[in-house]
Amino acid sequence: MSEINDSLSLANPSPVQLNGSQKIALAITGIGLLLIFIAWFGGSAIQTTMFLWPSLALIFSGGLWYAFASYKGIPEGIKNNHVFFNSLSNRGALGWIAGIILTGFYVCLYWYPHLLGLSADGLTNTGLVQMFDPLSQLLKGKPASQWFVYGTLYTVAILIMGVKFILKYRHNMYQVVRTISVMFFQTAFAFLIPELLEGLNSEQAYFAKDMKNMWPLNYYFFEDWHLNNMLAGGNLGWFMLVLGILMILVISPTLTYFYGKRWYCSWVCGCGGLAETAGDPWRQLSDKSLKAWKLERWIIYSVLVLILFVTAFVLYTYFTGNANIGPLNSYDVRKWYGFFIGAAFSGVIGVGFYPILGSRVWCRFGCPMAAILGLQQKFFSRFRITTNGSQCISCGNCSTYCEMGIDVRHYAQKGQDIVRASCVGCGICAAVCPRGVLKLENGPQDSRKVIEISDGGIKVNT
Amino acid sequence: MNIVIIGNGITGVTCARFIRKQSDHKITIISAETDYFFSRTALMYIYMGHMKFKNTMPYENWFWEKNRINLKRAFVNNVDTVNKELHLDSGEKMSYDKLVLATGSKPNKFGWPGQDLKGVQGLYSYQDLQLLEKNTATLPKRAVIVGGGLIGIELAEMLHSRHIPVTLLVRESSFWNNVLPDGESAMINRHIIEHGFDLRLGVNLGEIVSDENGRAKAVIIKETGEKIDCQLVGLTAGVSPNISFVKDSNIQTNRGILVNKSQETNIPDVYAAGDCAEFHEPVAGRRPIEQVWYTGKIQGKVVADNICGKRTEYDPGHWFNSAKFLDIEYQTYGWVFPKLREGETDFYWEHKDGKKCLHFVWNKDTGKFIGLNVFGIRLRHEIFDRFLRDERDIDFVLTNLKSANFDPEFYAQHEKEIVEKFNKKTGKNISLEKLSGLKAALAMLRGR
Repeated sequence: MSEINDSLSLANPSPVQLNGSQKIALAITGIGLLLIFIAWFGGSAIQTTMFLWPSLALIFSGGLWYAFASYKGIPEGIKNNHVFFNSLSNRGALGWIAGIILTGFYVCLYWYPHLLGLSADGLTNTGLVQMFDPLSQLLKGKPASQWFVYGTLYTVAILIMGVKFILKYRHNMYQVVRTISVMFFQTAFAFLIPELLEGLNSEQAYFAKDMKNMWPLNYYFFEDWHLNNMLAGGNLGWFMLVLGILMILVISPTLTYFYGKRWYCSWVCGCGGLAETAGDPWRQLSDKSLKAWKLERWIIYSVLVLILFVTAFVLYTYFTGNANIGPLNSYDVRKWYGFFIGAAFSGVIGVGFYPILGSRVWCRFGCPMAAILGLQQKFFSRFRITTNGSQCISCGNCSTYCEMGIDVRHYAQKGQDIVRASCVGCGICAAVCPRGVLKLENGPQDSRKVIEISDGGIKVNT
Repeated sequence: MNIVIIGNGITGVTCARFIRKQSDHKITIISAETDYFFSRTALMYIYMGHMKFKNTMPYENWFWEKNRINLKRAFVNNVDTVNKELHLDSGEKMSYDKLVLATGSKPNKFGWPGQDLKGVQGLYSYQDLQLLEKNTATLPKRAVIVGGGLIGIELAEMLHSRHIPVTLLVRESSFWNNVLPDGESAMINRHIIEHGFDLRLGVNLGEIVSDENGRAKAVIIKETGEKIDCQLVGLTAGVSPNISFVKDSNIQTNRGILVNKSQETNIPDVYAAGDCAEFHEPVAGRRPIEQVWYTGKIQGKVVADNICGKRTEYDPGHWFNSAKFLDIEYQTYGWVFPKLREGETDFYWEHKDGKKCLHFVWNKDTGKFIGLNVFGIRLRHEIFDRFLRDERDIDFVLTNLKSANFDPEFYAQHEKEIVEKFNKKTGKNISLEKLSGLKAALAMLRGR
């Protein structure tokens, strides 16, 4: 039997209908981005610092203008028209181009930062890194690094696309509040506070100052250099050490028990923040097949086992001074984890492949933090997505727009509550449902699955 | 036993699934429409680009083989109930021990002049969607939709998404006013106009005008004689059972295939279910032909149970339904008629934004709650089903309204205002139960 797998569309269903306002806004954003590319590729002769403020101003004003122009005068509601016709959001040429640019950027960022203009001595940057020196000087009194450039662009992306997301879902207060939350945590906790603290403690050796970025997402937390730097970091170092351990052992399990893993994954986390905002145009590309779900469980729990092993080994080395167990060396092991999981998986594949594999590839297949929170969500949490009686019409909007590739419809059409380890609680399934079938809820754990609807009728298990 | 099901829609597929759950009978589903089951309700989303066809298929393709459900792509020309044989369009014959007819509906045509011209179509099947793609490939300058029901507004939304201007011809003086009371109907009128559709109320189609190639080029409104130029005409004035293939058999039909409450036709071992079935004696309050997703599901399961030896009758419980009009969601529980019936009274609340409303109906004398329409707010099906089953009175329903709220977290809650207005209108003094959310729902469902 032939498999029909197209949109059926014969005409170009999406004639470009940008209004004048959108065109101007895109042009402004484009000039801002062009400045970044000139700084990146213009060669070391150009003094790029003067590009920074004009570029940021153009990107912000153009991006926000475009977002407002896109939804102005259109009634509130679900805005998924043409998602599967659009080259950018449906793996067309634009999608592949975007994927290649993003991937290339990540490759440079992790392995060839000198191509971005990072200087060998850390003092006289050129190119793209130099462009961000003024902001870095302002925040922490040091020249920029490639990571500073990355952090700034990351935050800009979350802010602009966050505003766009809020406008798109302005009728849905859950989405509005949640998006304000990810924008806040990225800007304050992941970007400004750590950079300012870095500046205030510039004489100290580096340790992580992003209070919400806990182990094992931050895989180097227990590495000896990091522990030592925290211990030598005075009050702030001790604070980060104690908070880091409390986050793992107390704060995170408690919040996950009450609210599910969404409190972190779609409200606080930086990876989640980018996926929910800049990644939103690609959420529908996640693979919903049973095969993908099987693959997901194999991979994500393998990564979890791996990081548990690596961390145990690293701590063994820290406390015993012994780096080797048999042929394995703990310094090699952590280096390889950092290379394959920390950089290649979470960065290059996780974000670079947004336009190809969807926006939550890292969160779904790789993140060991998500794995831990997920196991807890599945077995020890009050969170579930409730299905509303027999109202489901199996249309498939919920599954299509699940960025985690959960086949939500499978449960909804049977009237079952959805209790899945991978669910990040973004709430989009409930938003796109045309019949009001799904609701994210917290309640007594034993009430999950309490209401069962068979095709015959409603049964309440008391 | 060899069971053949004609129709791979929700009814036929539900039937097959439940037969498989209970038995090892051989199951074959025949469809002329598609190879695999898809959700008909999602056709609109394919056209609008929200989904691909693949996304509308509730089961992956391996599902059928794994559950030993044979799928056959064919059109059944005739049913020979004497020899228990089906005659397929390929000339092939297929025998059966038990036959299930679940062939759904087809769009109504009421003999309008020009109704069979090119560029005139309904919207029900996969083929209709393919035809719509063909008919709109050159972006019509205007489309006229005849019929103001659920499919009509869906088709309007679809065309609007492709930037095709739409005129809606609605027979009633207000949108879907033969089902919705005035308040709700007026709300939808406003919403349709807000989206920029040309909504014409209280008019009928006179004729569809052909161009020299036999293609629709305009419609003429019966009442006014006004001619509206258009290149596409959508006929969405309801659907009727798709049963022409049994007309020559001895299976008894009326508008649909006649069945008893166990979905049995007049011929032993032949069942009918879903849109194509018509009950001799409808369930109290319900229509003899029900063209709703969940009734198809329930009827499919009734057939499965009966085939597998578990004697069952169709018992759909209290009426409910839902739909979405552009951006406004609609749910209904129990009975709300466009005009109050004898002995009924009501309370209508509308939010100041004009996009949310609730309409309660109850018995004037006993206070017994009869039904509710709700727009723009989500309510919990189980709770309203419980209210109806327990025959609660209107005061109880209002008092416990919070337990039924199913809107997402952080949404504005309107129960307080609703109850205040209700008290003001009725002179009662209901005080709202404070408990809300899942906690309240569980307390209600568990009987406290």
